[in-house]
Amino acid sequence: MGKLRFVPLWLTYAFLYVPILVVVAMSFNAGTSPYVFEGFSLKWYGELAGNARIGEGLVNTLVVAAGTTVLATVLGTLLAVGLARYSRSRLLDAVSLMPAVLPDLIIAIGLLMLYTVVEFTLGLWSVTIAHTVFAMAFVAAVVRTRLTHADTSLEEASRDLGAGAVRTFVRITLPQLLPGIVAGALLAFTLSVDEFVIAFFTIGPTEQTLPIVIYSMLRVGVKPEVNALASIMLLVSFTAVIAGQRLTKIGESRRAHD
Amino acid sequence: MTSTSTRPAPPGGRPGPAGGAPAAARRSRRLAASAFLGPGLTYLLVFLLIPLALVFAHSVFRRGRFGGVVYEFTTENFTRLIDPLYLGVVVDSLKLATIATVIALLVGYPTAYAIAHLPPRWKTVALVAIVLPFLTSFIIRMFALIILMSGPGLINRLLGAELEMLYTDGAIVTGLLYAYLPLMVLPLYSAIERLDPQLREASANLGASAFTTFRRVTFPLTLPGVMTGCMFVFVPSFGNFAVPELLGGGKSLMVGNLVQTAFLRERDYPFGSALALTLIAVLLVLLVVQAKAARHG
Repeated sequence: MGKLRFVPLWLTYAFLYVPILVVVAMSFNAGTSPYVFEGFSLKWYGELAGNARIGEGLVNTLVVAAGTTVLATVLGTLLAVGLARYSRSRLLDAVSLMPAVLPDLIIAIGLLMLYTVVEFTLGLWSVTIAHTVFAMAFVAAVVRTRLTHADTSLEEASRDLGAGAVRTFVRITLPQLLPGIVAGALLAFTLSVDEFVIAFFTIGPTEQTLPIVIYSMLRVGVKPEVNALASIMLLVSFTAVIAGQRLTKIGESRRAHD
Repeated sequence: MTSTSTRPAPPGGRPGPAGGAPAAARRSRRLAASAFLGPGLTYLLVFLLIPLALVFAHSVFRRGRFGGVVYEFTTENFTRLIDPLYLGVVVDSLKLATIATVIALLVGYPTAYAIAHLPPRWKTVALVAIVLPFLTSFIIRMFALIILMSGPGLINRLLGAELEMLYTDGAIVTGLLYAYLPLMVLPLYSAIERLDPQLREASANLGASAFTTFRRVTFPLTLPGVMTGCMFVFVPSFGNFAVPELLGGGKSLMVGNLVQTAFLRERDYPFGSALALTLIAVLLVLLVVQAKAARHG
């Protein structure tokens, strides 16, 4: 056995990363073909800057992601604390995890029908509300893992000394949870930026987010500037995920020193 | 710190007879509970549970002549589902999702096994590297596959061949595998990681071959992880519409495509809802199977 057992691991990494790396490499292509590399150039990145549709998509994506991050982080953190400290209900646990497990298509059509029934105008708000549904579940899950490791004796001491629930939460619980909350927020941001299906159903005809722009570009044929756009989005996601990972690690090592 | 109790004990213990301080404490505790749980649960009620109820409700309503919904009970959406045309799509979707899931298991198991046997400090890195692609844009990952698999793409150029890879069932399966493989590896990893290495040693000491040990000891003990992983891959695969649209070229339809057409093109919410319920039905069946397997395990 020995080293042989790590062969599948390398094959899996190759399968997962070669396509992505090809996209990044082709984004620096001087030629116009999306398939043949003809020398180094940054021209597709320049092309991007001049593309109004992509620019608009980018702004929309960032607006939705920012709104989602704020909403999901607040709601998800409160929910995580509530579930961990004030509830023993397994039903509530299940409901709070449901958006992460349910197929995105179901969430998408359910919300589309809700918006239709109450005649809510589709646009960036309807997508932000929709993204918050699943992003909140992920924030709650991330924060909750930290909560179960957090030291409850500090909270008890705070309350024994006469601090109310709010004060205990703000002064004791929140600082302990902070790395988890930031990691959750980063996750919410990444998930929203990259989300396609739910946005596709709930955005309506007038606006587009970046994934939708790319989707409609792909349906007419592969354009080389998509390589550049894809590379930038990959960089953003990778940075956010690795930053989040670092944050959770910082929290863990600090806990280990306590 | 012990891990026995992560929740504070309920304040006051038994309620005092006079209802003084303990009652006040209980009241403030209830207030805090609703302050923390209220916003999130209200949000989930309005934007998750009610929409879900709407999916169920619409499936038994009639479609209006001009695209609206007539709120009259009917079973016609479900009788339409049994039409060979639609039933065929459901069967095809089940087939493609099953193939993708089986391949994901065959690829994911040795991968997860290898990660679980890495030195501890490499495990996190290896896992993050598995999850990282999953957290990047789904559409971009599909775009990457299109670039590789298309007629003049890299694979054909490297092979010097002219294989038609794109717009086939194989392309759809590849797309599903590429999209959801990380979701197979993660639960498998945590199941394998939890295994007691002594069990395998014992099996080997008693004369079992490596394969027998795997078949009789390792695999059965990691079955819950296998079930979870299969569910994580199968459910989003079965309900997918972007992969068949982009990589299948719209030639092979899956249930997700029918749902999309019903909702976004034909505005036939009732039939779309009935179609979507097949997704939920499959999900529920898998959950039940998984629960059963967990009980036996």
